[in-house]
Amino acid sequence: MSSSDERRDAADKPQVSRRNFIKGTGVAGVALTIPLGADGRAGTGMPVVPVIGPDKGRITLNVNGVARTLEVEPRVTLLDALRNDLDVTGAKRVCDRGTCGACSVTLDGKLVYGCSVLAIDAQGRKIETVESLASDGELHPVQKAFVDNDGQQCGFCTPGFVMACKSLLDHHPDPTPEDIQMGLGGNICRCGTYVGIKAAVAQAATELKKTKAKGGRRNG
Amino acid sequence: MAEYKWPEESKRKFIGKRISRIDGPDKVSGRAKYTFDINRPGMLFGKVLRSPYAHAKIVSIDTSAAESMPGVKGVRIIQGPGTEIQWAGDEIALVAAVDEGTAEDAARAIRVKYEVLPHVVNERELEKVPAANRRQATEQTKGDPAGAFSGADVVVEDVYGNDVITHCCLETHGVVTEWQGANNVLLHQSTQSVSSIGGEMARALQLPAGNVEVKMDHIGGGFGSKFPVDRWGVEATKLSKQLGGAPIKVMLERDAELTVAGTRPSAYAKVKVGAKKDGTLVAWESESWGSGGVAGTGMPPYPYVWQFANQKTRHHSISTHNGPQRAWRAPNHPQACVVTMGALEDLAAKLNMDPLDFVLKNIEMTGVRANVYKDELLRAAEMIEWKRLWRPRGQGAVGSSSVVKRGLGLSLHTWGGGGHASDCDLTIHPDGSVEIKLGTQDIGTGTRTTIQIVVAESLGIARSQVKVLIGSNKYPASGSSGGSTTIGGVSASSRRASIDALNLLLEKVAPALGTTADKLESVDGKIQIIGEPTKSVTWKQACAKLGTQPLTTRGKHPGKESLTSAGVGGVQMADVSVDIETGIVKMNNFVAVQDCGLIIDMKTAESQVFGAMIMGVCYSLYEEKIMDDQTGRMLNPNMEFYKLAGLADIGNFKVHMMTGKGYDERGPIGLGEPPTVSPGAAIANAVANAIGVRVGTIPLTPDRVLAALARKGGQA
Repeated sequence: MSSSDERRDAADKPQVSRRNFIKGTGVAGVALTIPLGADGRAGTGMPVVPVIGPDKGRITLNVNGVARTLEVEPRVTLLDALRNDLDVTGAKRVCDRGTCGACSVTLDGKLVYGCSVLAIDAQGRKIETVESLASDGELHPVQKAFVDNDGQQCGFCTPGFVMACKSLLDHHPDPTPEDIQMGLGGNICRCGTYVGIKAAVAQAATELKKTKAKGGRRNG
Repeated sequence: MAEYKWPEESKRKFIGKRISRIDGPDKVSGRAKYTFDINRPGMLFGKVLRSPYAHAKIVSIDTSAAESMPGVKGVRIIQGPGTEIQWAGDEIALVAAVDEGTAEDAARAIRVKYEVLPHVVNERELEKVPAANRRQATEQTKGDPAGAFSGADVVVEDVYGNDVITHCCLETHGVVTEWQGANNVLLHQSTQSVSSIGGEMARALQLPAGNVEVKMDHIGGGFGSKFPVDRWGVEATKLSKQLGGAPIKVMLERDAELTVAGTRPSAYAKVKVGAKKDGTLVAWESESWGSGGVAGTGMPPYPYVWQFANQKTRHHSISTHNGPQRAWRAPNHPQACVVTMGALEDLAAKLNMDPLDFVLKNIEMTGVRANVYKDELLRAAEMIEWKRLWRPRGQGAVGSSSVVKRGLGLSLHTWGGGGHASDCDLTIHPDGSVEIKLGTQDIGTGTRTTIQIVVAESLGIARSQVKVLIGSNKYPASGSSGGSTTIGGVSASSRRASIDALNLLLEKVAPALGTTADKLESVDGKIQIIGEPTKSVTWKQACAKLGTQPLTTRGKHPGKESLTSAGVGGVQMADVSVDIETGIVKMNNFVAVQDCGLIIDMKTAESQVFGAMIMGVCYSLYEEKIMDDQTGRMLNPNMEFYKLAGLADIGNFKVHMMTGKGYDERGPIGLGEPPTVSPGAAIANAVANAIGVRVGTIPLTPDRVLAALARKGGQA
């Protein structure tokens, strides 16, 4: 190593930031959906998608049943758009690269990491965050189970766990221990609340089955 | 004259019961706002440019390209040319821009020239640490260790250690800072010290202490790393002033959080410990070293808990080019515990003694808490079925196969946990509602909930009638939440305020009931003549007698009569399986028996212990801040390679809290630290018991387990 060096050379190359990585792949991803025209590979019936970027463009996101319009660069993640542009802050930014699950939200009912989806790719899809679960002030059975079993301490991982747990029980009403490990294995807690969370899953599964037997719940 | 003491067990309505945390519904629904969630009108985003070198001198900085970028509002150099940087990730400059992407682009556009200097970032092997990075060793001798060792029948000598770990708070460190007019600052900070950081920030800005208002409703983890106002917070506030007071949010990125926001220092030791044939411990000797970054680190309390009449300790503080240490849950205790209890377990194995019998035989050497430890050891042994499952080292506990070996290990620990200073104001309103204000914080331990329990219990009303207001430095000051000092402080101050307020209310009510205040009590929302429940008024009727003026009392800790004390003991036992082909350690069962005086809320108390044990599994098996000798940088500043346990990794956990006579009368004592201490030792001892060889340094990663097995021919 030379005794004098430009910071840029040494620091930037090994440190691929998540944001820059997505900036690259995200724009490329959008480009692939554009009819290509002159080179003869176009006109194959692919939908025409408006090009956004590299500067900010106006998009509309359906968040918890409400259409929200915002202006974002294509590199902005769904998580950051929710938190920074729409002030929907239930989903948390923790690892910011698809490891810890604190940013879990659902897209058309499927659980995703909000930090690993671009805001522009969430257009036209139904985005649901932890804020959507309680109805008329009444906690969802999963939320109530987390409270009852103290499946939380500092609470920063909790919204992600609640979303992952709801999604798990939506798909596996009678989860086996293996289902639970798979369904919640993508979420990390630092305070160490897994004992309470395991108990919460069991309580929520029982409660949801009772509710279903009685004819269901509006958003259960 | 008011009498300050805790109610008898038979009279407790809420204290010691299993009560759900009162901010739970806000946390599960996303309503709870953390510093990271604060969005202020016109808010800018701040990003910090950091040094890529562990040791370098800044030659020049050119911010012109960054400043001219559209959307960039301001750039501030934090450390300028001529400064010698001492760790990779240290702050160079701060940028504020209209959005995060622009701020990151601008930080990247700052050109810095460095003169790179040599660095040292690893200290695991003392012999390889350059002399320049070692401080003068400190040495202490008690009794006659040399003489005592010559009289020992069995002596063990080995090296034990703990690598550097980080706090890895899920909410990174950060602030949202802004000016309100020319002389006042509003600071949202993720902090364990709501009451004190305002004054700290004011000093840095040369403002009167009262001009900085601090707010924090919720904090996403601290674990000892979030006490101070950090330099980046001060710089962000100065930049805000340059920009007309605009709010600036600076939250650390995940890599910075793991690189610069605090570490638990390393601790390694060559230990020699001896005993008589019958297991009587006779002497201890250790030569230890460790590093908490540039400032080195002091000696952990070796030998831990055990008081030897004959001992010698020697310690080397090592200075390295790493981000500085910060208090990490039970500072120095887990490290000292791994070293001490590891050596004692090895000695027991060499003596062919069951470590449970060995520890019980020497238990008087633990001092004043010997009886507590004895009770706890027997209880824990029962919970984990020690006598049924344990087998001598290398034989494999009951349930072992030829490939998967099972083992049991134990440890014990102590902590102080006396209450910090705490003031609070309790107000009874004429409509019967009650609120209590204090500048404390709930770092996830359930502080809000415990304050509400104490007030409702003390006033004889429902918990729902008590509003708890915390998280502002405009409320009466309470200490920082660290060192397990919060529960002792806030429970004592809120109990005193409640007793005083109730007495004043009883004086107002007494004439209407034709008696005096000392003949009255408040029970289940009624104020009645003691022993005559029919002669009563409702709480609401009583409060109406206040007229228009609410009644406010100031509670304090410390104060008259002691409501809390310090000093607890705990025991943990681990049951693990080790795959000798892969080196992977799996937790089967893990039990904790813990004392913490009077328990205010059993549910959140148990959660603290479970959480500490899980955090303990993380640091025993997975966590390690891996530093690269070549670049001087951390190799795993992220959450995929800085590993924490997941839900599937923890096994079956059991917790038993010691309560009742001998415990309750000591008042509430802090619980955050003590159960965090033993996991490393208990798990490492269980692994040694399983595979028949010591893996000296935690974390017990598969490569280390296999290397240890290789030393004895690959066989458990």
